[in-house]
Amino acid sequence: MGAHLQTYNFSEQFDFSGKVKTLSIVAILVGIAAIAYGFISGHAERTFLNLLLMSYYFTCVCAAGLFFLAVQFVAQAGWSAGLLRVPQAFARVLPFASLILIAVVTTGLLTHNLYHHWAEEGLSDPNSPNYDALIAGKSAYLNVPFFITRLVIFLASYSFFAVLITKLSTNEDLIGGLSSYKRSIKNSAIFLVIFGFTTPIWAFDVIMSLEAHWFSTMFGWYNFAAMWVSGMATIAITVILLRKAGYLGWLNESHLHDLGKFVFAFSIFWTYIWFSQFLLIYYANIPEETVYFYKRWEPKFLPYFWLNLVVNFLAPLLILMTRDAKRKANVLLAICIILVCGHWLDYYMMIMPGTLGEESGFGIIEIGTALGFVGLFAFSMLTSLSKVSLAPKNHPFLEESINHHI
Amino acid sequence: MSNIKYILGLFEDPDDMMHGIDQLQKNNISIYDVFTPMPIHGIEDKLGVKRSRLPIVAFCCGITGTITALSLMYFTMAVDWPMNIGGKPNFALPDFIPITFELTVLFCAFGMVGAFFFKNHFFPGRAPRVMELRASADRFVIAIEANKGFDADKIDSLLKEAGAIEIKHNDRKYVSYE
Repeated sequence: MGAHLQTYNFSEQFDFSGKVKTLSIVAILVGIAAIAYGFISGHAERTFLNLLLMSYYFTCVCAAGLFFLAVQFVAQAGWSAGLLRVPQAFARVLPFASLILIAVVTTGLLTHNLYHHWAEEGLSDPNSPNYDALIAGKSAYLNVPFFITRLVIFLASYSFFAVLITKLSTNEDLIGGLSSYKRSIKNSAIFLVIFGFTTPIWAFDVIMSLEAHWFSTMFGWYNFAAMWVSGMATIAITVILLRKAGYLGWLNESHLHDLGKFVFAFSIFWTYIWFSQFLLIYYANIPEETVYFYKRWEPKFLPYFWLNLVVNFLAPLLILMTRDAKRKANVLLAICIILVCGHWLDYYMMIMPGTLGEESGFGIIEIGTALGFVGLFAFSMLTSLSKVSLAPKNHPFLEESINHHI
Repeated sequence: MSNIKYILGLFEDPDDMMHGIDQLQKNNISIYDVFTPMPIHGIEDKLGVKRSRLPIVAFCCGITGTITALSLMYFTMAVDWPMNIGGKPNFALPDFIPITFELTVLFCAFGMVGAFFFKNHFFPGRAPRVMELRASADRFVIAIEANKGFDADKIDSLLKEAGAIEIKHNDRKYVSYE
């Protein structure tokens, strides 16, 4: 019955070369060209907002990989042991992604291309013509040094745990035994507590403070839901594409089914949070809150507002509902790609209407920056994936994972 | 001999029982059912058990709940006694989504539990019907229905070979009506 450990070569490594490598480098170059075009053609703010969007997305996907790892360890899950190297590769890229995000946010802030809503001169000085009482009231929290300190501390602590937890797993390959596994559980639990308390603040700072007058306590969880869905979708895409390339032969359709369930369930969770935020604002009808949806209800953004719900809610709901759809690699791959694009649109709708408004658009800068970061993600993630074996061969639940059947 | 209705093969080991299923299927003897104290992976496929139709019941009950909630709120809030609440339209859809969702879940949950109980003859006061009491403790049981022209000796020997520790010839389907 079932497959046995001897049947598979768990030490096989991903060979990152050839067409995939070329394509990802080409995508990075396209991204650099698009960003350069954006600055040369005088769209500095728009380019910075796109850089913010994609570097935030990039960091979020890597952080979601780490979050997935930590959840699996804390739950002592067995099914996922065979695919853990994929989220580990995401987690190993997290320090790099964090550096990019910090660089984009800091340069954007200091060149006044980002966050000028609260970071301009004189906003909290009663004698200045720029004086803004609301911003002045928030200046104890929203000021440049504290803002950057928070961002650096949060991302540094996530990166620290990313390095620690992935290192424990590679250590386990070498020495075996249960000590690495037990330490992973402990460190994952500590990480989850830190992550749970700080991600909402991270989202408040990086995205919500672009419109500093407006606030919503749901916003942190809304961003977390988007991060988790897009992270799960990216993990599923990576696993499916690796399987299509002939790797990860020990995974079967039950693993895809479980990944599909995560993608499906958390798409619903995203909708639940999105709608909770919308309903509270709609029902209370307080002008300082409704301004957020008022901007997104402008004719320029209204189609995208609805498209956001169709792509991120209706598509996974209708397509992934049945058991068969989750077990078919091609269906799951298609819906995951739709969701990854859909959550780009979701972030776009969080960032653009409140900053650029009528001047925003969809063109070379948007597509190029997105392509560039996809290439950067693929390149860095696959490079880190190719450095270790594709299965954690001494993981205590590896055999259970191979025989996973639902 | 002629009044045997079911033959039960009792196994101590699930692997022996799986082997017994293979042996019976190889000899074209149809298996009525299999009872085990714990779930066994892959046994549904082996026995050709069809997938449960409970999800269809869930969908139908859920959509009934959705329609009930929306039509009730539409009738009461917009047709029968329209009220101005917070300046919203009478039929303010976002306000009604939580209740629609709750009623969908409620109908779906009750419908599924009801359908499950109905299909399995569970209701208060009904004594459980069991073919072999120890199937819920420490025995893995294969039940074979005694059809016309069946060969009891052959089935016995096949079950014995596979490792059955006890074989029962029952003249009625259920052993416990109490």
